[in-house]
Amino acid sequence: MPQGNPIISVSGLSKKFGTVHAVDDINFTVGAGSITGLLGANGAGKTTTIAMLLGLVIPTSGKIEIFGIDMLKNRHAALARMNFSSPYIDLPQRLTVTQNLTVYAKLYGLSNIPARLGLLAEELQLSNFINRPYRTLSSGQKTRVMLAKALLNEPELLLLDEPTASLDPDTADWIRQYLADYQRRTNAAILLASHNMLEVERLCDHVLMLRDGKIITQGTPAKLIEAYGSKTLEEVFLSVARQDQNGAVAGPVI
Amino acid sequence: MKKTQLRKFEFSLGRVYGLVLRYWYLLKGSIPRLLELAYWPSIQLVLWGFISQFFLTQSSALAGAAGVLIGAVLLWDILFRGQLGFSISFLEELWSRNLGHLFVTPLRAHEFIAALMTISLIRVLIGVGPAILIAIPLYHFSIFDLGLPLIAFFVNLMMFGWAIGLMVTALLLRVGVGGESIAWAMIFLIAPVSAIYYPVAILPDWLQIVAWALPPAHIFEGMRAVLIEGTFDFGFWLNALGLNMLYLTIGGATFLYNFRAARRDGRLLQIGE
Repeated sequence: MPQGNPIISVSGLSKKFGTVHAVDDINFTVGAGSITGLLGANGAGKTTTIAMLLGLVIPTSGKIEIFGIDMLKNRHAALARMNFSSPYIDLPQRLTVTQNLTVYAKLYGLSNIPARLGLLAEELQLSNFINRPYRTLSSGQKTRVMLAKALLNEPELLLLDEPTASLDPDTADWIRQYLADYQRRTNAAILLASHNMLEVERLCDHVLMLRDGKIITQGTPAKLIEAYGSKTLEEVFLSVARQDQNGAVAGPVI
Repeated sequence: MKKTQLRKFEFSLGRVYGLVLRYWYLLKGSIPRLLELAYWPSIQLVLWGFISQFFLTQSSALAGAAGVLIGAVLLWDILFRGQLGFSISFLEELWSRNLGHLFVTPLRAHEFIAALMTISLIRVLIGVGPAILIAIPLYHFSIFDLGLPLIAFFVNLMMFGWAIGLMVTALLLRVGVGGESIAWAMIFLIAPVSAIYYPVAILPDWLQIVAWALPPAHIFEGMRAVLIEGTFDFGFWLNALGLNMLYLTIGGATFLYNFRAARRDGRLLQIGE
């Protein structure tokens, strides 16, 4: 169980798309002030889990409580206090950075928008391109804008889907440092899905490993490495990803 | 009703304004888009205006219909542009793959609908406004001569445009951008039975039943009554209003049903180009 009172509490959560069990009866909590990693191979159920937490996908069964609010009955009350970023969902391309952030600031009901935008522009180094259309930005710049969007309402819970995907090492490192600082400064809870094991080892104090929609194992990165007799979290990940349904470890696919 | 259930029906003008701002930024940032809005209604008006002028020279019976034709062109454009403004603004969200971000904010589906209605109204005013103004010096026809009934027709046409827009967007939520052409074509399906340029009585009996079941027939017959006989038929207006209420309810329910189905099937994340 991660530190702090549970901000997210998930029980018996399942999602079936037709005959496919995208998420299969998972249970977990995310505590206040913790950074939890959601790991798994492609198709393991990470994005579907995050989408259900956000209310974008309705679960087939199970219960989600965020800040003690039942997300299936009253998600809007919780949505105002959380936010989300994913490189796979875009912002309007033709709008400038300022316009995009202004629109979202209004949707989150912010009052002093210029001041908030000014602060985020300074912290996330957006000033040089804040009046440029979003479509003209580089991947690194877009990621920072997405992060600014995700931090507009100073969320108590931040859900991040691969926050450093397709970024160069320098920018990725900068983003990780910023997230760690934000978490320390605000005591926000962060749930991040990532394929970057070094990132997870560096940022996360708790890890959930998914395979075929199920949570296979969970714990702190150090304990998982120890439990699997591995040297790195990447080895643990490969071990989990290559286990078959009976628990036997399959050889690498060549 | 419990407090949590009531929260679903909360309505924030601030959020509606925020979303309208998104569409407005898009419009004002593109001169071609703004020009295109006014281009088609103006061309349509010029074309039909000259056809009407030609009628004036041919027969006294047709001469009476000249103003009616121009009025019909302008009112039809209000309906067409109203529907298109609603549907295209929704398509903008699909094209930019932005729905996933919008619906993780506290934005409610009904606020989203209200924003689409507002921007459709703005687009109609920008698009049809110049055509209305062009008609005054060019053909000595002012739609404003309709007086107060113009407001009654305008409100009804916008309402029906939104109702069709809601049905189109509901369909787009199900089929994605592949159904884009529906946004352009749907309204023309009802054009033949809308009595835009000819009275309902011209239609075969069975089609007249269909025509009277739709608000436009009542609106355009009402317009003809004002322009030809100089009388405002309250019955036409009431019928159109009642039918619009019905179609808006059906459109809204269809949209909300398909929105929920999109959440159930995980389409809000995937939908887009």
